[in-house]
Amino acid sequence: MSGELLNKDCRQLREAIAAGRAKSVEATKAVFEAINKYEPVIGAYISTFEKQALAKAKEVDDKIAAGEAVGELAGVPVAIKDNLCSTFGATTCASKILENFHSPYNATVIEKLLAADAVIVGKTNMDEFAMGSSTENSGLKRTVNPWDTSRVPGGSSGGSAAAVAGRLCFAALGSDTGGSIRQPAAFCGVVGLKPTYGRVSRYGLVAYGSSLDQIGPVTRTVSDCALMMNVIAGHDEKDSTSVGESIAPVCNYLEKLDEPISRPLRGRLRIGVVPELNAGSDNDVQNAIAEAIEVYKKLGAETVEIEMPHFDYAIAAYYVIATAEASSNLARYDGVHYGHRTASKADYIEVYTKSRAEGFGKEVKRRIMLGTYALSSGYYDAYYLKALKVRNLIRGDFTNAFERCDCVMMPVSPTTAFKIGEKVDDPLKMYLSDVYTIAANLAGVPSISIPCGFDENNLPIGLQILAAAFAEEKLLRIARMFEMQTEWHQRRPAMPE
Amino acid sequence: MNNLQYKVVVGLEIHVHLCTKTKMFCGCAMEYGARPNSRVCPVCLGMPGVLPVMNKQAIEYAVLAALALNCKIAEFTKWDRKSYYYPDLPKNYQISQYDLPLGAHGFIEIAVEGGRSKKIRIRRVHLEEDAGKNLHSAGNFSQVDLNRAGAPLLEIVTEPEVNGAAEVRALAVELQRIVRYLGVSEADMQKGHMRFEPNINLVVTKDGSEHKTPIAEVKNLNSFRALEKSVEYEIRRQLDNFQETGEVMQMGNKSTRGWDDVNEVTVLQREKEEAHDYRYFPEPDLVPVEVKSRWLEEIRGHLCELPLKKQMRYVEQYGLSAYDAGVLTAERSTAEFFEDVVKGGGEPKRVCNWITQDGLRLANERGCSVRKLGITPQQVAKLTSMIVSGDISSTAATSVTNIMTTRIGIDPHLIAKEESLLQKSDASELEKVVEQVLAENSKAVEDVKSGGKKNEKARSFLLGQVMQKTKGQANPKIVSEILSKKLN
Amino acid sequence: MAKKIDEAQVRKVAKLARLELANSEIEEFTVQLSAILDYMEKMNELDTTGVEPLAHCLPISNVFRDDSIKTSLGTEKTLANAPQRDGEFFKVPKILDDSNRA
Repeated sequence: MSGELLNKDCRQLREAIAAGRAKSVEATKAVFEAINKYEPVIGAYISTFEKQALAKAKEVDDKIAAGEAVGELAGVPVAIKDNLCSTFGATTCASKILENFHSPYNATVIEKLLAADAVIVGKTNMDEFAMGSSTENSGLKRTVNPWDTSRVPGGSSGGSAAAVAGRLCFAALGSDTGGSIRQPAAFCGVVGLKPTYGRVSRYGLVAYGSSLDQIGPVTRTVSDCALMMNVIAGHDEKDSTSVGESIAPVCNYLEKLDEPISRPLRGRLRIGVVPELNAGSDNDVQNAIAEAIEVYKKLGAETVEIEMPHFDYAIAAYYVIATAEASSNLARYDGVHYGHRTASKADYIEVYTKSRAEGFGKEVKRRIMLGTYALSSGYYDAYYLKALKVRNLIRGDFTNAFERCDCVMMPVSPTTAFKIGEKVDDPLKMYLSDVYTIAANLAGVPSISIPCGFDENNLPIGLQILAAAFAEEKLLRIARMFEMQTEWHQRRPAMPE
Repeated sequence: MNNLQYKVVVGLEIHVHLCTKTKMFCGCAMEYGARPNSRVCPVCLGMPGVLPVMNKQAIEYAVLAALALNCKIAEFTKWDRKSYYYPDLPKNYQISQYDLPLGAHGFIEIAVEGGRSKKIRIRRVHLEEDAGKNLHSAGNFSQVDLNRAGAPLLEIVTEPEVNGAAEVRALAVELQRIVRYLGVSEADMQKGHMRFEPNINLVVTKDGSEHKTPIAEVKNLNSFRALEKSVEYEIRRQLDNFQETGEVMQMGNKSTRGWDDVNEVTVLQREKEEAHDYRYFPEPDLVPVEVKSRWLEEIRGHLCELPLKKQMRYVEQYGLSAYDAGVLTAERSTAEFFEDVVKGGGEPKRVCNWITQDGLRLANERGCSVRKLGITPQQVAKLTSMIVSGDISSTAATSVTNIMTTRIGIDPHLIAKEESLLQKSDASELEKVVEQVLAENSKAVEDVKSGGKKNEKARSFLLGQVMQKTKGQANPKIVSEILSKKLN
Repeated sequence: MAKKIDEAQVRKVAKLARLELANSEIEEFTVQLSAILDYMEKMNELDTTGVEPLAHCLPISNVFRDDSIKTSLGTEKTLANAPQRDGEFFKVPKILDDSNRA
């Protein structure tokens, strides 16, 4: 019974619960059974809230039994990346510096999940402060890929992706600054969406790269992704960078999800491809992408070769902008108002220097150093200002592309999940693996990763689909087309016994 | 010392607390004297995940102030982060404005000697958030209170065109008056609503050539007096220093000095100012502000006649003394009350007297404005015209005024009548009384007529007798005239 | 190959960033940061004359809130996560001089 329940996606589960055919308490118990069984190996969660979750599940079940109205995610157990502030449990960002930080407020997206009657299972592991592409930079624990436990789950939302893939929750929230939802989703064979910048409120998301960060869903299916977007998307008066209804109204992403897109550019769905880019990925990945595009062609789509002449410079620009903003966003962790403070004897300057040195991991320190340098006197023009100009050019590439096609498709990552420890000693090498995902953050456009195949080691491959700003509805429908024709998303990892 | 002439050069950096109800980027209440750390929320505490949202009122107050300072208002303005580490700055960066301030290229007019005015150019005006407070208690630790963190602060930077301590004070006082007139700040220096940091140096002419002394920036000034004295002290100190060492202004030798109010000296805090690397960059969490013409005109509609202009107008238009005009225009509500009375027919000089002598006295006693005493401009106009026409003496008028504050809205003429305060000015009536008194006091009459030493005293005595007979209601001027007629 | 950034600069940056780094970390970072900064030189291949810097991806301006009071956390909640407190205040080692304040 519990296995059956765990196989449902959010939509199916929610429907079953609302109809009285299933109980949220059962689903939640099933999730925690799985957690107890598999977590010692997978390590997706930093904290879990079994008692709280069961209480909420019961509350939902009771409401339904009493015929009361319940929210869109009623009774569905979901997980939350641990860089989203919650009033329950700690909000650690997988860092020692916030290991015991208890937020007095909930992130707006968490408030929305609660209002939708979701059951919150726990908070997932990540690269420390979202800085990384493998979750190996977590300062607190290790997460492995459920498909192959000797490999990384991707990062920085590795915990969320592993939890969804491993059926340790039904859906999760992650955050994406340079690919941190999409890449782990691809590595773990699940769906991950980075919304348009400004589509989802950032209030309560511990900031890394403020002009790049977005919160997004990690789910088993595209339908679930649309469901989650219905819950989390929308303007928030607490976030000045969240877009208002008058500029980009939120729609019901589920309404026309299964229909082919209305009014494609030239009568048929037009897919932009960038052959030189794809050529930089492993053969298995290239093949999977090519085959995926064939699926679309069979559905009547056509491809057009486009150029993204500035794509090559995205990584350089990203790492200047993101680290510059990060160096400033992380300045607040100083042991004075909250967070770790050094136990050593310290004067008023050493309180900072020692607390931060003790609390931050290496990658975080490296990025703070990089960002500080880029903004420092004499270097601002050469690095930061230059990067902002390059950013403008990259956005221009997308604007041009979307005049010629409805969406762009490419790999998510040049490789599938790599081995634990493989790239951890070469930061630059790690950065370069973000080549496909980073540009979307710089331009602010939405992008989704959907499972589209496996490599010869049975590791998942993700197809990345990008669309114009605020075109999530169109993007989800395009992604759903593929899902309705294929079964990749139904494959499950053989969980470690 | 003899062949040394010098010019004093001062530029000011001023911070003004805007009197909005809430902070610049969050909804915490601005409350002076609240329990420590009780006016703090996750946003102004700089907790993980929080985001700032602009207070529209603060922007409007800032633009209004910038307009009053004759600045050009930027059509497009933005925010920047200014990074430095300090315990009262929770995010360890301050949200401020760097390269696109909301106002620039303005000026402030100040009164200088001889009833003239001088324009001091304003380089820029911008908005930023304030930091909290560090308290250095006894013991080897400091305490941090974040109630003030995030308060909206207007920063005003003048060009170095203020030449002397008196001018510095005049500018400070004028700026305080202006922001109070506009209602954008309480500007109470003791409460820290206004902070001044003068940058002072001298241009010394020695043996025909000019030498500039190094600039000193003075901090920790909590009153106008301290401001003025610190400039005076710096002038002496820099002159002495120049004579001793000949040190002149160079890149990097600007120093920061703190004012010691007890010993009335400035004390070196930082030598060879190590330029802070603030690493300014555009604030990613806030979108730009566009002050388009319609909004700008709306704000401009809240401008009023500025205090100095008003003050000088009173002198010219009404012939008031500079001093009196200054008293009337010290506060906007007093000035506007004055203007209302004059509009209602009051003779300006009389009204001025009434306000400066009676109105403000009562207002100070009650801790309120003249307008809030419960006396209407119409009543004052009536009362002052009664003085002019001789219906009432000035002394009696004061009594009427006091009564008007308790018997709200009653016509002063009626009050005077009821209180028997009306003056008798009917010459024929008074003549009868005078004749009576003269008849009854022949010795005094003789003393007056004889001239000599007893003349004045006898005259006063006779006048006094008439006043007595009329129970003080006789118009002394008219009685005097009648006496003179009859005795000469 | 000349390092893009040398150890002295790394120390300076560490100071600006308030990070106490061990000598081994300084050495390691010098090498790694140099490599990364070298890579960033790539951007200079692009001619960006006349290109506006893009700080925001959003087509919005003038996002404001009303000047209305919202409930604050209150002293206890504000200090709840404080590593050290002294009554109603956050406690820090004595700040010897105000010269570090801007």
